[in-house]
Amino acid sequence: MRPSAKQPVPGGGFCPLPQELTLDRIHQGEMARVRALNSTGSMRRRLLDIGLVEGTNVECLQRSPAGDPVAYLIRGAVIALRAEDSSNILVEYC
Amino acid sequence: MGLTANSTGSGAVDRGLHIEKTSPDERVIALAGNPNVGKSTVFNELTGLNQHTGNWPGKTVTNAQGRCTHNRIPYILVDIPGTYSLMAHSAEEEVARDFICFGEPDAVVVVCDATCLERNMNLVLQTMEITSRVVVCVNLMDEAKRKGIRVNLEQLSDNLGVPVVGASARSGKGLQELMDEVEAVTAGRRECRPSRIRYLPVVEEAIRRLEPAVSARLGDRLNSRWVSLQLLDCEETLKETMTEYLGLSLWNDPVIAEKIKQAKTSLLEHDISEDRLKDIVVSCVILRAEEVCMDAVACGQGGYSRWDRKIDRVLTNKWVGIPLMLLLLVVVFWITITGANYPSELLTGGLFWVGDRLSDFLGWAGAPAWLQGALVDGVYRVLAWVVAVMLPPMAIFFPLFTLLEDSGYLPRIAFNLDKYFKKACACGKHALTMCMGFGCNAAGIVGCRIIDSPRERLIATITNNFVPCNGRFAPPYKRQQNGRRIRLSPYGHVRGKSENWRRH
Repeated sequence: MRPSAKQPVPGGGFCPLPQELTLDRIHQGEMARVRALNSTGSMRRRLLDIGLVEGTNVECLQRSPAGDPVAYLIRGAVIALRAEDSSNILVEYC
Repeated sequence: MGLTANSTGSGAVDRGLHIEKTSPDERVIALAGNPNVGKSTVFNELTGLNQHTGNWPGKTVTNAQGRCTHNRIPYILVDIPGTYSLMAHSAEEEVARDFICFGEPDAVVVVCDATCLERNMNLVLQTMEITSRVVVCVNLMDEAKRKGIRVNLEQLSDNLGVPVVGASARSGKGLQELMDEVEAVTAGRRECRPSRIRYLPVVEEAIRRLEPAVSARLGDRLNSRWVSLQLLDCEETLKETMTEYLGLSLWNDPVIAEKIKQAKTSLLEHDISEDRLKDIVVSCVILRAEEVCMDAVACGQGGYSRWDRKIDRVLTNKWVGIPLMLLLLVVVFWITITGANYPSELLTGGLFWVGDRLSDFLGWAGAPAWLQGALVDGVYRVLAWVVAVMLPPMAIFFPLFTLLEDSGYLPRIAFNLDKYFKKACACGKHALTMCMGFGCNAAGIVGCRIIDSPRERLIATITNNFVPCNGRFAPPYKRQQNGRRIRLSPYGHVRGKSENWRRH
């Protein structure tokens, strides 16, 4: 189940507008470019540490059997993100 | 992983930065690196010391030290915890950063994984911000070659401004060259000119404003540029450690405090708050890492090849993933349980034979029956039984678990199960520590360190006790194999023991 666009973002930050694309809505095999991070605190730091800075290309590789988390290819490393975290990453198709 | 005097009691407390030198010309080398890049392998190959080698992630508890000699110069190697960054988001990162900053190492060797070098550069660049005496060891060169990744070490060294050595620590390749470079750097023969990261002009301006005052106060004890940046981006833990190390508080110094205030105001004028400054610093490091690797690393097919993709599609498939995982778990248990029966039988037979001889001896020596009962039937037989029952399954289970770890399957298990564990407010890695609990709860609990969130880690630590370890579930199966009466009870070995007494 994908969270609807109007759902409040866990952990603060502003709610993405309906037209804004977040990483959790990227389908398997698609590529996206990071525009901004909405997450705060230690999760924001972690995301930056793994290289999710503005302009980074991310490929959606694979959903786990239960649908969440999803594996992404980020700067050559395969990293799994839960939907609650990836819904805070604003992206655009590239 | 025995309970030694060092691992329990007051010895278990992290002694932090204390290094005992036996002679003044010993050189202290810090070994830093991301988790799972073979840092401990490098450490063990160099020191010959077998500290607990890595069967699972996150096992360098505190600063492990070892000694080695190269070209007649003695070195103390300090294995600091594996981290991705030095920004101190976790206890490990704090230990690593504190040792590099305040442990006064003569050089820092940063061990990298050649198969994903760009990701490793984050730590290299951050280390270079703190100290200039850095040697980069690009490990796992053999694996990179197999994956079709070519690393141009000279180019990388040029880009970074510090020596870079390629190595394959598992086969011992490249380590002599590494120590040659370490020797040159520590002796001052090889001058390191680490390329500094250029932050945004506004940030650079703020640093420039602050640096002269800081530099005047510090002398050459710490890198003033790095300290200036940290002053702008106040980290409480760092504040304390730095004040303790320097014996003075930079924050309370009136001149510096004034400069900090000025610099912060000028940053705010450009709409850069403290949080935004942190973001800028991290982004600049990452972009610089990309830049450094761009012309030094050539990926044939990329680190994550088409073949890897295919395997992962199957292992984490919606329908096949979980059954495959259960099957693998059953196979591991089957091998462990049936395999352990034979050595267990032998050990029981052998140790009990010795017990009988002990009994005979005490009888011959005229010892009273109660003493004989307490010593032989009590102490000796319980010990013999525990060894016979617990040792063989552990000796089989853990190597099998290591194989799974080396194959990289364990993170896939965590990935497959994360959602189910999340329902219990835990995370996927919890599954791995539980699996390890089947081998030994002590090892399982130690392994809980791989879980980042303190809350999830606590849940994993407590619930690990409910996983029946080998010693608790193996005996009933054994009795079944021997064709005797089966009693499926969690206290199998206790009952087994009393039956044994009756037989004699």
